[in-house]
Amino acid sequence: MSVLTLKNISLTLSDKKILHNVNLEFLPGKIHALVGPNGAGKSSLAFTIMGLEGYRKFEGDIIFKGESLKDKSIDQRAKLGITLAWQEPARYEGLAISSFLEAAYSPEKGFKPEEALLKSGLAPDLYLKRAVDKTLSGGERKKVELASILAMMPQVVLLDEPDSGIDIESLERIFDAIKILKKRGSTVILITHSLKVLEHAEDAFLLCCGHLMEKGSGHSMCRYFKGKCMPCDHQNMPEADDAK
Amino acid sequence: MPNNDALRLYKTAHIDKALDDPNVAHLTISHDKVISSQSLPGLNVIPKEIKDGVDIKIVLEEGVVIKNPVHMCFGMLKQEGVQRIILDIDIKPKASIFVIAHCIFPDAVKVQHLMNGKIKVGEHASYTYLEKHIHADSGGVEVVPKARVMLSDYARFKTDFELLQGRVGKIEIDYETICLAHSVMEMTAKINGSGDDVIKINESALLEGEGARGVLTSRVALRQNARAEVFNKIIATAPFTRGHVDCKEIVQDKAIASATPIVEVRDPKAHVTHEAAIGSVDSKQLQTLMSRGLSEEEAVALIIQGLLS
Repeated sequence: MSVLTLKNISLTLSDKKILHNVNLEFLPGKIHALVGPNGAGKSSLAFTIMGLEGYRKFEGDIIFKGESLKDKSIDQRAKLGITLAWQEPARYEGLAISSFLEAAYSPEKGFKPEEALLKSGLAPDLYLKRAVDKTLSGGERKKVELASILAMMPQVVLLDEPDSGIDIESLERIFDAIKILKKRGSTVILITHSLKVLEHAEDAFLLCCGHLMEKGSGHSMCRYFKGKCMPCDHQNMPEADDAK
Repeated sequence: MPNNDALRLYKTAHIDKALDDPNVAHLTISHDKVISSQSLPGLNVIPKEIKDGVDIKIVLEEGVVIKNPVHMCFGMLKQEGVQRIILDIDIKPKASIFVIAHCIFPDAVKVQHLMNGKIKVGEHASYTYLEKHIHADSGGVEVVPKARVMLSDYARFKTDFELLQGRVGKIEIDYETICLAHSVMEMTAKINGSGDDVIKINESALLEGEGARGVLTSRVALRQNARAEVFNKIIATAPFTRGHVDCKEIVQDKAIASATPIVEVRDPKAHVTHEAAIGSVDSKQLQTLMSRGLSEEEAVALIIQGLLS
């Protein structure tokens, strides 16, 4: 029984069709991956699930635990248990990391801000009072974002390119955090270009030019990285050619 | 023993405990009366009561370093009236002081607070000044602080102006600084406007000594029908001077904001930059917080709280 179901999702942005009748099911407590070349529609699909500005007008339906998300705002979706971590997390001038984490903290389910920070690989005594601003490196900001998700402990987490801008050691901490989310029953949806990230997924979906091309185990989808845009011959140039 | 007016001012500013410390200097003025003061060796504070206010001469003797912040309380507990504060501050060479001014107008319906400051910071001396305003929610306060600041060689001057509690009413800041060689100046204003508040910030710095540095920073949040005009000007006339103007204003509802950063360079070895951003709350910031479960209003409040922190 899926926790999140996408039914015939089609999305058009600026007269360009970005997603074509995408049907997907995400299972509770599993780690899924969305893979595909640039412009495949992976992030657009994640933004549509989260209901971000500009991604609210789509065809089809998104069902979360039997309830349609179509008319729900971002915060309503979050309160139901869905969240998103951006590839490039936002910066906030003057906003302390402690306040940022406290805003996400769910006392019933989540880790306390100090604990969440520690589990994301950042020392609370060094970071809690710092601001979520440009003084943090890209990697530090991603860890702070992940800490806020551990503090929230949602049922479905969309992680957009969790490895971008991250060094090898930090990446291991991020994988540890993903394991914690899974252990606590969260469904994790990884949006990735990385074989290393894909290896942590149990199920994977290949998108190309907004079409769902293939579903399979994370392991089986590793062929995508070796054989390029299998099973189509699309050459990673979505503007030049439709996959189907 | 402080009188009732003083106690109320201290409690409003949350400084009642700090002022119990005999090592903390302070000066408390309620309307046009000096109601309490305490000085420290090397710090000479000479207040003189004048019509509707107080004329204060402060001299920090050469080489004297005051470790604890010095508190100055300028309050007006009446609903109506004018308070004039004339400040003449002379920080002698190699001296250092941090002053926190609490400007408290909790019941104001029609109050004018006029401050006229002349500040001289001597060679290798440091003067840090934080001015925190606490106003009534009525918007009946008009604040007009003016200061002319002269920084000697290697002097440091840092000032923060905060008006975050209560309604602004009307405010017109006018600060001008002249920076001699290798001096450092930082001026920051943080103001939260609402209702029909009117905010004018006019800050300028003349970097006329070699190697002088200055930063002018403004952070303003506006909602409802509030209006703000920010004029920040840095003129660099000497080699190796460095300046930066940074203005950010968040506008909601029917509020109107404008920013005019002026940078002028009269020496090819000087470098002055500016940035100004005016608009609504950043969409990614907002949506990130909403995706953690905050409502739009809660998310905007948190973003503004950070900006003005």
